[in-house]
Amino acid sequence: MNKKDIESLANLARIRLTEEEKEKYAKDIEAVLAYVDKIKEVAVEDKNSDIGAVFNVFRDDTPREINTEEVEKIKNQFPEREGDFLKAKSIL
Amino acid sequence: MNILELTIKKASEDLRNKKYTSFDLCAECVKNIDEKNKELNAILEVFPDWKEQALRADDMLKNRNDNPLCGIPIVIKDNILFLGHKASAGSKILENYVATYSATVIQKLIEVGAVILARANMDEFAMGSSTENSAFGVVKNPFDISRVPGGSSGGSAVSVASGMCLGALGTDTGGSIRQPASFCGVVGFKSSYGFTSRYGAIAMGNSLDQIGPIAKTAEDAQIIQNCIGGFDSSDATSFSNFEKIKKSEIKKIGVPWNEIRKDGIDKQVLENFEEGIQKLEKKGFEIIPIEMPKMVYSLAVYYILMPAEVSTNLSRFDGVRYGMRLEGENLFDVYTKTRAEGFGSETRRRVILGTYVLSHGYFDAYYRKALLVRDAIGEEFNNIFKKVDAVATPTSPVPAFKIGEKSSDPVSMYLSDIFTVPANIAGLPAISVFCGKNDEGLPLGFHLTAKFGQDDSVFDFAKKFEKEN
Repeated sequence: MNKKDIESLANLARIRLTEEEKEKYAKDIEAVLAYVDKIKEVAVEDKNSDIGAVFNVFRDDTPREINTEEVEKIKNQFPEREGDFLKAKSIL
Repeated sequence: MNILELTIKKASEDLRNKKYTSFDLCAECVKNIDEKNKELNAILEVFPDWKEQALRADDMLKNRNDNPLCGIPIVIKDNILFLGHKASAGSKILENYVATYSATVIQKLIEVGAVILARANMDEFAMGSSTENSAFGVVKNPFDISRVPGGSSGGSAVSVASGMCLGALGTDTGGSIRQPASFCGVVGFKSSYGFTSRYGAIAMGNSLDQIGPIAKTAEDAQIIQNCIGGFDSSDATSFSNFEKIKKSEIKKIGVPWNEIRKDGIDKQVLENFEEGIQKLEKKGFEIIPIEMPKMVYSLAVYYILMPAEVSTNLSRFDGVRYGMRLEGENLFDVYTKTRAEGFGSETRRRVILGTYVLSHGYFDAYYRKALLVRDAIGEEFNNIFKKVDAVATPTSPVPAFKIGEKSSDPVSMYLSDIFTVPANIAGLPAISVFCGKNDEGLPLGFHLTAKFGQDDSVFDFAKKFEKEN
């Protein structure tokens, strides 16, 4: 794990890092990977992993009534708002 | 009234005998917060409406509400949503976030008349074992303020241990309820996976997280758990097949001595645990030495699966819909700046680690392999439970450590959860109970993990264990 690897991961994770942080994280993550590499010692059968006690939980896709007060609470959390719209930078 | 000596059980009787009101009780807790929080930093905010909540509870008590939690002041971890109240998950990115709905556990507490008094400090997004990673400062251990309270529910554990409330909610992804409970001399419980709704808990590792109680006694913890647990259709991983579970008393206790007597274990922790085991033997429990060679891989599995889940969960915090937003030249710039400023160091480290184990070329070697080892660990537990009813270990291999002692070495910090993580990996119920103190006066915890669904039996055991001490 070197600085360049961390840079590309940080890019994928949408996190800006300082030069100092890149070096520190390369070292830290190297140490964590050295520890978790232990799992390679465990012999396991390659199969589909079992899932928990509950799986394939579905519900009908029906619209739910939501009152304006509730909607307003959500809109109040927008970092920037224009009327009823959430304002954000354009993608392109 | 001395909150430090008061249990939920006793306070609930006192409220009904009109010795004092819920308002008096809550006011006393708020007084303790005012006095002690400057030093301990356990509480982020006393909720502005606590008085109205307490008065409502007093009304409910007058109308003969018979729930033991009616009028009881409860502190919640800062990652559990309470409609109209701040929930920041210990992070700058959510510093001013106001919850737009209440978690199921909060709805249930309010329904029975509990008073949601305050929100507790925590490691950012529940990532940590010491509550040193909060954006709002380090939490101190009330037994020695130069030491950590454990984490990530450090604020919740401290609030119970220092008389700021009678019970608290935490969340437990790898030991985040049980380890701080042990460091602070209180009881912490994590239910079987799916037994407590996660709806409204800010997710860290969805396949591992459970909300749970921290209290002074096992009985108190059970009172809270009985209220917050149960099926919830809002949580797709919620368990509903309760009729399939047959309660079975815990009599035979397995001890994986080889895994416990290792280099990393503190000498006094080991002695204390051995004494705990001897007491259980005298009490008539059958103690059976067991081997669990795969269990020790739990922590390694955990540090692959958890960061993977973290990296996907935290992608929603991008400065667009809620929380902090820093302006930038373009959208990408907004993302990277906001996430750099908004997340603390440990959070960023885990997001990057998670991105790595999920990335093309490493997915099979890490993530997929970890899932398979997770199954193997579950299977090992299943096989062990043919011989014994539960598995006992110390809660943590070390007592509360010094602030700053482990912050430069992530792996040594992670190792303080080695005995609590297996229960999350296998989705099993587990508890930490107070087991006495070491020579320096620091509390130590005794940890028990039982079969899936045997949550009530775990409480029965813990109540017997407490009588022993």
